[in-house]
Parts: sequence; C-alpha cells; structure tokens
Amino acid sequence: MSGARTTRRGRLGLHPGAWWLWAGCMAGAAIRTTNPLLLALIAAAAAFVVSTRRTSAPWSRSLIVFFRLGLVVIVVRVVLQVVFGNRLPGHVLFTLPHVPLPSWARGVSIGGPVTFEAVLQAAVEGLRLAVVLICFGAANSLASPYRLLRCLPAVLYEAGVAVTVSLAFAPEVVMAIGNVRDARRLRGRPTRGVAGLRGMAIPVLEAALDRSLQLASSMDARGYGRRVTLARNTRRMASGSSAAGLLLVMAGVYGILDVGSLPVGGIPFLAVGAVLVGAGMAVGGRRTERTRYRPDVWRGPEWAVTASGAAVLASFIAASVLGVQGMQLQIYPLHVPLLPLLPTAGILVGLLPAAVAPAPGGRSGTGGPGPLEPSESVAVEPAEAALT
Amino acid sequence: MIRFSKVTFTYAEAQVPTLRDVDLAIDEGELCLVVGQTGSGKTTLLRAINGLVPHFTGGRLAGDVSIAGRSTREVPPRELADVVGVVGQDPAASFVTDTVEDELAYTMENLGIPPNVMRRRIEDTLDLLGLHELRDRTLSTLSGGQQQRVAIGAVLCPSPRVLVLDEPTSALDPAAAEEVLSSLTRLVHDVGMTVVLAEHRLERVIPFADRVVLVPGDGQPLVVGPTAEVMGMSPVAPPIVELARVAGWVPVPLSVRDARRWAEPLRRRLSGAPSPRGSVPGEGGTPLVARAHGLSVSYGQLRALDEVDLELGAGEVVAVMGRNGSGKSTLLSEFAGLRSPSRGRVSVLGQSPADLAPRKLIRLVGLVPQDPGVLLYGESVGDECSTADRETGLAPGTTAAMLDTVLPGVPRDRHPRDLSEGQRLALAMAIVLAPAPPLLLLDEPTRGLDYPSKERLVGVLLKLAAGGACVVLATHDVELVAQVATRAVVLAQGEVVSDGVAREVVRHSPVFAPQVAKVMAPEPWLTVDEVRTALVGSGHET
Repeated sequence: MSGARTTRRGRLGLHPGAWWLWAGCMAGAAIRTTNPLLLALIAAAAAFVVSTRRTSAPWSRSLIVFFRLGLVVIVVRVVLQVVFGNRLPGHVLFTLPHVPLPSWARGVSIGGPVTFEAVLQAAVEGLRLAVVLICFGAANSLASPYRLLRCLPAVLYEAGVAVTVSLAFAPEVVMAIGNVRDARRLRGRPTRGVAGLRGMAIPVLEAALDRSLQLASSMDARGYGRRVTLARNTRRMASGSSAAGLLLVMAGVYGILDVGSLPVGGIPFLAVGAVLVGAGMAVGGRRTERTRYRPDVWRGPEWAVTASGAAVLASFIAASVLGVQGMQLQIYPLHVPLLPLLPTAGILVGLLPAAVAPAPGGRSGTGGPGPLEPSESVAVEPAEAALT
Repeated sequence: MIRFSKVTFTYAEAQVPTLRDVDLAIDEGELCLVVGQTGSGKTTLLRAINGLVPHFTGGRLAGDVSIAGRSTREVPPRELADVVGVVGQDPAASFVTDTVEDELAYTMENLGIPPNVMRRRIEDTLDLLGLHELRDRTLSTLSGGQQQRVAIGAVLCPSPRVLVLDEPTSALDPAAAEEVLSSLTRLVHDVGMTVVLAEHRLERVIPFADRVVLVPGDGQPLVVGPTAEVMGMSPVAPPIVELARVAGWVPVPLSVRDARRWAEPLRRRLSGAPSPRGSVPGEGGTPLVARAHGLSVSYGQLRALDEVDLELGAGEVVAVMGRNGSGKSTLLSEFAGLRSPSRGRVSVLGQSPADLAPRKLIRLVGLVPQDPGVLLYGESVGDECSTADRETGLAPGTTAAMLDTVLPGVPRDRHPRDLSEGQRLALAMAIVLAPAPPLLLLDEPTRGLDYPSKERLVGVLLKLAAGGACVVLATHDVELVAQVATRAVVLAQGEVVSDGVAREVVRHSPVFAPQVAKVMAPEPWLTVDEVRTALVGSGHET
C-alpha cells in the first residue's frame, strides 16, 4: 500500500520549476550583454531546447508568438529612437524635420538628424528585451504556468487560485473574441473597423466575466475553500511570512541581476527571504486537509537543468567581472562584434536540457504529440488560431 | 437521501415562483429521472440539490432542502462537495484546471483524500469512462463528447453518494451516450449511488430509471411515480411510449425489448400496408444550392476534413451524422464561411462564402451554432427580434413571428441570458431563419429541446425545405433524422463514409436506427407518425 506511486515523473516532462529557473537564468544572462551575437545565440539555444522537449499541449506552440512579439519590440524601439530619441553623433543616415518644443519640454526632442549609431544602439537594446521575452516564452512552452502554480506551497494556495483565475481570464477573452466575431458574421454584422470593435467589446467582456462567475460557482461546488482546521492567526503568520520572504527573494534576484541597484548587493536579501519562505511553509504545511495529486518530483534531471541555466548566468557574470572583451557592443568607434569565448561556452552548457531532460511522455507514450482530435464546437478553433 | 420540504423558489425579479411547494424525497441508491418541458424548472430543481440555487443565483428560497441530513440553508455548496457531485449542462463551463488528469483530481484534492487513494480512483475512473487515451490532454482541445465524459469523471472520482446530472448525454453521439448511461447504471447497482438526472432525450434513459419526476412548469405540483406510470400521462414522452399510445399498449413498454414483444401483432397487421414513401432526394432534378469540392481542413497536424465532395440541392434536408469529433461542425462552418478551406473549394450559389461581406452572407447562408447563446447579445428578447428585423431589412415583426412558430410563449422582456437553453436555441433559430436563406445549417439543433418544441422545429424545417431551401443538420438525434431528413451523410475522421437516402442509412445502422425502427424491424417504419398513418390507412386504428 505504502509503496504505491503517487508522484509523477516524465508524464508531462520535467518539473515546471526547473524549466522556469533555467529560462530565468538565460534571461538574466541576456540582460547582461548588448553583443548581438551572444543575444542571438541565447535565443537560438532557447528555441532549440523548446523544439526538442516541448509537449503536445496548445501552449507549447506559443514560442512563435514570443518571437513575433520580440520583433515588434525591436521595431517599436527603433521607431521611437528615430522620432524621439537622443541625437547621438555619428554617420547621419537621414534628417527628419525638427519640431521645436516649448522650454518646459526640454530633454525631449522630435525630429532632427538620425545617425546609424543611434539606430544600431536602439536595435540592440530592443533585441536584448526581445531575447528576454523569448526566454520566458520558452519556459511557457515547456511548462504551462498552471503547472507551475500547482507547485506553489500550500500556504500560498489562495494567492495561487487568484492567479489561476486571472490566467484563465486571458485565454477566455481570446476565445470570446473568436466566438463573438463568428457570431457577428453569422448575423451579418461588421467584424472589422470601428463599428465592429465597438459592437464586440461588450459581448466579449460579458462572456469572459460570465465565465469567471461560472468558474467561481464550479469551484465552490467542487469543494474549494472548505473549512480550514488551522487557527486563523497561525495561518496569517504563515502566509505573511512566506509572502514577505518571496518579496525579499525577488529583491535579491533583482539586486544580483542589476548590479549596484541595492547598496548591500542581492545575496543577503536572498538569504533572509529563503529563510522566511521556509519558515512559512513549515508552519503552513501542517494545516489544511487539502492534499496534492501526483505532485511533480524534483530529482537529478531537474538539478541538471537548473545547473545548466545557472552555468550560463555564471559565465556571463564572470565575464563581466573579469572584464572580458566583447560583452557590450562597441559603437564608438564602431566594431564588428566579437564572440567572447567564456560566455559562448556558457551558452553551449545551456543547451544541456535538450539532452538531459526526459522527453515528454517518453515513459508511457501517452503524452506524446498524438493526433489532436478536432473540436466539435465551431467556437474553439479561433482561439487556437489566435495562439499561433 | 435528498429531501425537499415545502420548497418554493423565486428568482430575483421574477413574478411567479419557478418551483412551488415542492415536496420530494429521493432515497439512497435510486436512479431518478427528472423530465419536463423546456424552461419548466428542471435545472433549477437540480441545482437546488447542492445549494447552487440560491447560493450562486440569488432569488428567494422558502422551505428546506436537505441532503444526507445537511440543510443547504446552513451550509454552502462547498461543504456538500463530499456528498454530492453536480455536472451542469455545459461541461466546459465547469472546468477548473487545464488537463484531464488534474481536472479529475481537483475535488479530491479539496477534500483531502490521501494521494494513494486519489491515484487509484483516478485510474478506475479513466477506465470506467474510457478516458485513458486522453489523460494528459489539455481540456480545451477535447471534443464536446470527450469534455462531457471528463466532467462526469471529475465528479465521480471523489465517490459522492449523490450524483446530479443535467442533460449528461445531449452532446454525445448515440454510442458514447450509451456508454455513459450504462456506467451510471452500474454505479447505481454496484455502489448504491443515488443519481438524479434531467434529460430531454428520454428514449436513451427511460429503461434505466427507477422513478420519474415530472416538472410541469409554471409552478404546478410535481408528478412523481414509477417510470411506466408517469410516462403514460407525461406530455413529454419518447417515441416508444408514443407508439404504445397509438397501438394502445398498457402499461407502456419502456425498452425496445419489451416493446418488441408487444409489437408482434402490430407488425403482422402492417406487413401488408403500403410502405411509407418517405421523402426522396431529388435525383439531379433539383437546382444546386451549395457544393464542396475536394474540401480539406487542417488544424495544425490534424485533418478535420479530408477531400470532402458534397453537392446540396434545393429542397433537400441533409443530416450530417458521425461520432463526436468526426468533422461535422467543421463542415458546417465551412459552408457558413467562417473560415477558408485549407484545400479545395466551397461555393454557395456559385459564390465562395468565406469571401463574402457579412451582410451579403446572411442572405445566402444561415448557421445556428451548437451554443446558440453566442448569437444573442441584445438586452431583451423583444429587442433582439426588432434589431434582427432592422439589420436584415425585414418587415418589423418577422423575427418575432418566426419565434412564435418555433416556440410560442418566450417572454419578450426577458434577457436572453436568463432564458432556458431551449428558449435560447429557439430565439437564435428564429433570428437565423427569418431572412429565409437558401442554405440553412443547424448544428445540434435539438440539444435541450423537449418533444413538443422538437415537433414544431420539424414542422418549420419541412416547410422551409418545401419552399425550396436546403437544410443541413449536424446531429446525433436519430429520431430527428428519421422525421425530417431526406438524405444522410455519415462522416468518420473527416471523410464521408456514407451518403444516401436517410431512411436507408439510419434503418440499416445498429447505432443510428431510431427506436420505432428497432421495434418494427424488419418492417420499414421509422416514426410514430408513419405507423399512425399506416394504421389509419389499413383501417385498424385502435
């Protein structure tokens, strides 16, 4: 009886936390460089791992959305630079008519000479942000945010549910848009332009809110929020301690990533935060009759994946500490970017998950990308189309 | 187990109570069937069992509902989750998580059931409902029937003592419905679970029910009694009971097996009668309305439709049948121009529907989708009708008149969201039917409709077809097919597997044959009306 297997391994691939940590480290590394070659390598590594280890679920196809989003970010960044940006000296590409602004708007300029250097710098900064987005897109494709939420400690369960409901709201809106558009077409109403937009906003919101109410009643009918046996104060203490701890951890991470933003550096924050979270979980874990169905396990592959991510980040930190050439793109004077050895090697280590992570569904074959059956409803497909 | 004492329930802002002075006791281990006309208050009655009415709907509840000794006055629905599981009409709306296995586990997690027990029960439930293949799938990628089975599994897992199901089989194809119902019967017989079930398609569930609760509507007292007794007097009755009334069998048989024993003399008497002509599709004589040529549709890697060739003529009533997920809805949405084909061509009166402007499109094609509510977003029923008239340039009142033909008595001041499923469907259908498009598509039109409304729908459809329209129905309802369809197209995995005269297709299929056909076989009668006409013709009316 006690030997029964109640955890899951390989069913849906790796523990979601490992994927998010790995992706977070990749993103952290990307923030530390403006070398377009390194940035491109990071994006390529993330995309490669996704292509080898994603599941067949709909959200696994979301990486392409993040790539498109990244492209938009770069374009917007460049356009903003051209119109409003600082007038950096250098090779003038073209000159926009200068718009004189009143004295209180000093510091903002519209128009003027646009230099190659300014455009390049904007493009690289946009690229950096795009790569960070792609890293999170990769995490999203490899492990659904729902699954990550399931791993939250019991103390944070309520907060987790709030996030679940709001997460459900977004796809609900996408789906509602598809439905309403189809329905308007069936009733011969415009689906495009201002008239279409105005007519669609209300029904879309109505449908999404309706769905949220249904979700609430359904959760209640299925036993969510049953009486908790733990004393109220103890519960509050546990939740408060974990929440405060998590905030400190976040501050610590921020301190590590953005050097010099915190006077004492990130490490102390991280340490105190971790202790608080641990204490909160220990107290809160004793309460509630709630149990967990087949929690994801954390074993060797999870450690390996997390370590490979950490190695990428460490190589980038080390490179900037050691002053390795080529971490930042040189604009004055303009140089063709180099490919510094240390961070490049780091990124290659970041490819490790493609080999060490278990293939999704590999154990039983049930989770593999089998043929999806068509949805009976006319309504579901547009949402899928909107995702890809 | 479940006890209603002097329960009167009135929705907020409603003038008359939906339930009045309801006294009802349902015992342990009983399979109780709740029947009644569209909008009579069946759903309200069911949702009152675990306190969703009035805790989540508002309104006034007088009297007391108690379940396993706990009163819904004192405890909210969540405290009853260990005793009662409720599956609503729209299974997708009840989903809380995102994958099948997690959805099955959700209630058990909340109840604090130990992990090893959870694991075992989920494996059992996956087997019981045939969900093994789907265990890791994302819920939104499942077909309607699969979602229905997951929703049932999710409330079964914590093994509640009472199971409440609102139209559990209405979205299922005949085979899947059979499976779900037989697993429910097994639960009643083996575990002694109490099951309360509302259903419009009585022919499927009648043989399994111990007792029937008839909700007459308008706050009139409930009629409760053994199945055969209540069925003998019920205004809603399955074809087999109607046949019994025509033939004068007492007590009425409830299953095909019982009826066949009774029917022996009837079959003999009618064997000489002229066989029903049925409607025969125009053999090339009718003008072409729509056609699909080499039509393929893919969603990602999946082929929803594969090289479909179909020609639809004026005056035809075509039933598109097939398993859940066989591509029926996709075929309809192609003809309605909701999306372009991946390959091949679709045309309606020579034009490609996907390229038409919405205003022109609705004069050519009308589609009533599976969830008719999506078509409605007016403030009231009356408002919805007059808007539809205005937008389509019809004479004022046309849509309202059409609504009365489909289902009379839908209150004009009610908000469309507050209508019952059946009333909502009727309203959506009226809006689509009003401009009388030459091609009319209906996706599961009888879902949630009682027999009288279905009868009216049949009348409307036949009239439209006689007027030269082409009607296409995607449906699981074989009785409807037997009544109206001239031609049946069966899809499997996106391919047309059979296309022929509806009578022949349904009569020779063990899955699709309607009840009367099963009773009368090998004689070629399909519906009660045909038998009645034949009896009159042979002068043997009883």
